[in-house]
Amino acid sequence: MQRYIIIRLFQAVLALIGVSIIVFTLVRITGSPLDVLAPADATEEDLRRVAALWGFDKPLWEQYILFVGNALQLDFGPSIKFQGQSAMGLIGDAIPNSLQLAGFAMFVSVLMAVPIGVVSAVKKGTPIDMIGKIIALLGQSLPPFWLGIVLIWIFSVNLGWLPVSGKGGFTHIILPGVALGWFSVAAFMRLTRSAMLNVLDSEYVKFARIKGTAEWKVIWKHALKNAAIPPLTLFGIIAGIMVTGVVTLETVFAWPGIGQLALTSVNARDYSVVQGLVILISAMFITINLIVDILYAYIDPRVRYGGGRG
Amino acid sequence: MAVATSPAAVARVPGARVVGWAWTILRRYPVIPVAVLLIVLVIPALFAELITPHDPIDGNLRARLLPPAWTDGGDWSYPLGSDRQGRDILSRMIFGARTAALVSLAALAVGGIIGSVLGLVAGYFGSWWDHVIMRLVDINLSLPLILLALVLVVLFEPGTATTVAVVALLLWSRYARQVRAEVLTLKEMDFVARARVAGASNLRIIFRHILPNVFNTIIVLATLQVGNVILLEASLSFLGAGIPPPNPAWGVMVAEGRDFIVTSWWLSVIPGLAIMFTVLSMNLLGDWLRDYLDPKLRQL
Repeated sequence: MQRYIIIRLFQAVLALIGVSIIVFTLVRITGSPLDVLAPADATEEDLRRVAALWGFDKPLWEQYILFVGNALQLDFGPSIKFQGQSAMGLIGDAIPNSLQLAGFAMFVSVLMAVPIGVVSAVKKGTPIDMIGKIIALLGQSLPPFWLGIVLIWIFSVNLGWLPVSGKGGFTHIILPGVALGWFSVAAFMRLTRSAMLNVLDSEYVKFARIKGTAEWKVIWKHALKNAAIPPLTLFGIIAGIMVTGVVTLETVFAWPGIGQLALTSVNARDYSVVQGLVILISAMFITINLIVDILYAYIDPRVRYGGGRG
Repeated sequence: MAVATSPAAVARVPGARVVGWAWTILRRYPVIPVAVLLIVLVIPALFAELITPHDPIDGNLRARLLPPAWTDGGDWSYPLGSDRQGRDILSRMIFGARTAALVSLAALAVGGIIGSVLGLVAGYFGSWWDHVIMRLVDINLSLPLILLALVLVVLFEPGTATTVAVVALLLWSRYARQVRAEVLTLKEMDFVARARVAGASNLRIIFRHILPNVFNTIIVLATLQVGNVILLEASLSFLGAGIPPPNPAWGVMVAEGRDFIVTSWWLSVIPGLAIMFTVLSMNLLGDWLRDYLDPKLRQL
């Protein structure tokens, strides 16, 4: 187990180094930041001064080391577009908003997926099972950004029940949360369904039935509790899906999170913010996957000796 | 099944047999998804020039923002309405189908081939090939690729080729992982050892003996991904990081209609329906193909 954790940790660090090199290089070939920083009528002398001020005159490897050193202290330099603010400050303001949206979406997703999955498993092969599958599959096939627009059209424009966009009270998060959450319903639902099918077949469920426990109690209490473990592994995959959805939905709903920040900073070539965002999100993914892998190895010893999950 | 002819079956009228037979076909084969795909994606993509009533890019400014024909004020020469530049929505959607088909096929081909080759190499040669390729897969899976795509589009000129490259970059690692895992078991099998004894070179063993055995997996993975790829292309185009306007692409159309959702709902809603039906049918078809070719692949 220890050996497995050390190997996985080492791999995670390698991946993070790879990410930092890719980001560093990519951002530097998108064009000189000097063009954005200096006014159009700047002289050679001005350019050189600006370069020296921002450290662009040093050799690349030196810039990289400086970059990594600062990144480790969560310092990605000042923002280029929003003068006077640090990149990390902007990112730090945006991250909680995005997490809030993603968290609510995850909640909506589980809230929809678990009942559907349980009922599908109990009523396997019936029309109810089929309807459940269709709801889940539909979610997987609807482009989240489009679903967001349609929800605005129905609930904000026509019915006037919910606000169109922006961040405010609880009512503001409902539409983007549903649009984002529905997408991962299918994955959660499928897993719940198959886990439930396994559990419903087990001895202790049979025993609970023989004992005369009410059927609803057998299903929703005894069986569901034990079927709740496998979905854990899905967390890493869902996190990846969520980021793509978050970026598009934040532009639809004018939600002040990392997606909006990313879009404005890419367009403004605000590369300190872009760098910071990509690295922080990657670090988050890597950590989530690391934790999931270790937990998985803890639960299922076969993983430790097989050298990972493929 | 000796007692298959139950009394109920005997008593059935001939019409019910036809219905029963049709129901069996519908349940056993993905007839509806294939039909939807043909209508929404394949036929429009292949015959776009022949079936479009109007030009997809040049609009008629006198026919601006016409609603769909079946609603008040609609005009049957613009069956699904027109946008604010007087372009026919139907014609743009037909050419949009071509864009979607082209981008997803090309991206799957590029990503699938690169990923599969890397997976074969990593699995077959092992040692440091395996380490390097698998770490690349790790990096690829941990990058927020949608953000990277935004950066890449600033770097390169937006267009079909860039979109294909970005999407392929997002896809290859799945193939590499899956193919490698299968090669690891395949290469220990007797037929590989025998081929080696018979004097086959590494290249010959890989392409002649191992590749045919992982081919089903690659095909199933590709079919299961088409839907996602179309969604991805639409998302990128929607964000302005995919197919650039005025080119007809479904994602672009949804984005262009977004600001008109209050007054002209059809601009966004109708192209989104095309995406939805295509992706839904593609997912159903992929599920069916996976079960048909190899039920073992359930976890894909």
